[in-house]
Amino acid sequence: MDMALGDREQAGNAAVTQAGPLAIEARGLVKRFDDFLAVDGVDISVPEGAIYGVLGPNGAGKTTTLRMLLGIIDPDAGVRRVFGHDRPHDIARLIGYLPEERGLYPAMKAIEAIAFMGALRGLPLAEGRRRGLELLEAHNMAAAAERQIRHLSKGMAQTVQLLGTLVHRPRLVVLDEPFSGLDAINQGKLERLIRKLADEGTTVIFSTHVIHHAERLCEGVAIIAGGKVPYAGSVEAARDRIPAQVRLETRAREGAWMAALPSDARREGDFFMFSLPDGGVEPLLRQLIEGNAGILSLSIERAGLHDAFVHIAGEAAAAQLGDGADGGLN
Amino acid sequence: MADLPTARLSMLQAAFIVARRDFLAILFSRSFLFFLLGPLFPAVVFAMSGGLGAAKHDRIQEPRIAVQMPSADIERLLVGHHKLENELGRDRIPHFILLDRAQGHTELDVEAALADPNGQIGATLTGTLDAPVLTGPQQKLDAWRGFVAMQLAVARNGSDLAYPTLQMQTIATSGVETKNSRQDTAQISMTLLFLLMMLLAGMVLSNLVEEKANKIIEILAAALPMDAVFLGKLFAMLAVSLVGIAVWFSAVGLVIAISGDMGGIGMVLAGLPTPGVGWPLFCALFVLNFSMGYLLIGSIFLSIGALASTVREVQTLSMPVTMLQLFIFFFASFVLVDGAPIMELAAILFPLSSPFAMTARAAQEESLWPHLIALAYQIAWVILFIRWGSRLFRTRVLKSGGAGRRRSWREKLLSRRRKRAA
Repeated sequence: MDMALGDREQAGNAAVTQAGPLAIEARGLVKRFDDFLAVDGVDISVPEGAIYGVLGPNGAGKTTTLRMLLGIIDPDAGVRRVFGHDRPHDIARLIGYLPEERGLYPAMKAIEAIAFMGALRGLPLAEGRRRGLELLEAHNMAAAAERQIRHLSKGMAQTVQLLGTLVHRPRLVVLDEPFSGLDAINQGKLERLIRKLADEGTTVIFSTHVIHHAERLCEGVAIIAGGKVPYAGSVEAARDRIPAQVRLETRAREGAWMAALPSDARREGDFFMFSLPDGGVEPLLRQLIEGNAGILSLSIERAGLHDAFVHIAGEAAAAQLGDGADGGLN
Repeated sequence: MADLPTARLSMLQAAFIVARRDFLAILFSRSFLFFLLGPLFPAVVFAMSGGLGAAKHDRIQEPRIAVQMPSADIERLLVGHHKLENELGRDRIPHFILLDRAQGHTELDVEAALADPNGQIGATLTGTLDAPVLTGPQQKLDAWRGFVAMQLAVARNGSDLAYPTLQMQTIATSGVETKNSRQDTAQISMTLLFLLMMLLAGMVLSNLVEEKANKIIEILAAALPMDAVFLGKLFAMLAVSLVGIAVWFSAVGLVIAISGDMGGIGMVLAGLPTPGVGWPLFCALFVLNFSMGYLLIGSIFLSIGALASTVREVQTLSMPVTMLQLFIFFFASFVLVDGAPIMELAAILFPLSSPFAMTARAAQEESLWPHLIALAYQIAWVILFIRWGSRLFRTRVLKSGGAGRRRSWREKLLSRRRKRAA
């Protein structure tokens, strides 16, 4: 640890960093490709054992950020540390990486590909083959072990690469758009696998432009848009940035009781929508009852990660998310 | 976190993983069979280039006859020489080096003159026009006795009718002859080195295209330092090349053993003079020089090829690459026939021609220590080229920045000083 990190700490990060020691810590990462500023001062803190999402539209700088964290490329400025090391290659054995653009040697057998990827991370080949076979059996792919990658389906090849990422039992798994190209069943399998890894104490960080994956899996997220990270912290804290919405349906269309509604109340069809008042819903309920509003239904809806994303990154970034190939806003 | 082990593979371990994968992938591919058929084409080039080199060699290094006679005899011999030269042509008759005592030349030490490998004397003519003595190796005496007698006759009488009695003294071999014979060994071995390199080093150009096309480069770059990837790829290709060479040489040996000396290859090899360092060491140095030459030019080709994105780009690059190899070979050949020490030193110091120059030197000179120094020098250049290539790849292809790189000793020193000052 021969470099001191800067003092900058984003407020939203605190909730996550308090959970324990950090697997990844980045401060002020900057990366420029010729005239294009791809990443502009990114700060991220990922606690050990967490599932962490890097959320943003295509071209936001997610992959570039992950590549810098892994040491594939060095930043133009800023500091990154993985398990306290500022040169990720020094602890390559502790890291597993699944790149966005999947790649395997087409002539390699599946079992050899897994063992080779393990060997790159310091796992002896024989042990890699043994573990690889176990993993293939666990994923009902034992029959494909001796088949060349070029003869596997795209989905099977992706699974082989994922198993190669995990074969050396890394303490940190970095997945770049791991759900991309997977059907719904395989997306579900991958979600279960990620949860299982986290249960075993592995830190998982993945990038995605599909909000519901992040919302379902992650304890912490970094929202990235236009190369900047306007929010990094827990999912809960992100959702709490937007007041809960009250959805009210009344029998009476008008009346004195309407004066009790908050100033931001708006009518949407048969419903009134407004932010939950600071004092809670109870005083409002009392006034509505006393005013004979005739409450048909009242629900309090907590903001989703999507709403938080729109609130934090803006409508434009959210619209770009919607362009994603895998459904975008979900 | 602090108790985590620094779990990094060493550079050689990392390079070995890449090398083993590449080596086995190539060795067990169908295309390796086509690769083994490759020498059929260069064999033709070998014959052509060998003839070309030999022609240049003959013109520049043709041995001469050192003449030491009384001044008057030398003058008459010179007149006769010019007369015959006009009638028969310059290239048809042996030429003289005139060592006239009256012109300040010292007494000719026949044995020393003939033994000097750096001289150009193939035989000596001493005595007088009436009692001439021609001294030299048997081969040269057989070749020159007729012409020398004719020139003596013309010098004495103005005609070629009255031949003098030419006394002949045979010595085992002359220095220049040994040198020229060793130059043949040098030329042949250099040509062989060139052909093997031209045949094999070009493969390295396309070595990273597969990884880039299949996106495997991301996985490699995330797990290993790029230096190790380059080093591994280079050594894999060297190993494949050495396997190829072993197969080719074994095939030639097998053909000779089974069907006799077809084409006289065995006879030619048996007739080659012993190199300066002896055959066993020469063979070992040849393999080492090939390996170093391959690593040197291969590291440059790998770096250039790594910048290419497609096979088409690699094909476009192969032309200037072939030209570069030809230039290096012709430079080394020129140095061999030119013989100027400064040029030889230049060829040794220029890293790409260094293995050629050292191969030629092994054929001609006995001393071993220059080879050890040259090998260390070449290894240093290989390391430099690989580091340069991998850095180029990281900055140009991966577009890596400068903030996370390993700090140089100078930067560390400055940082320490700053801390101390603070």
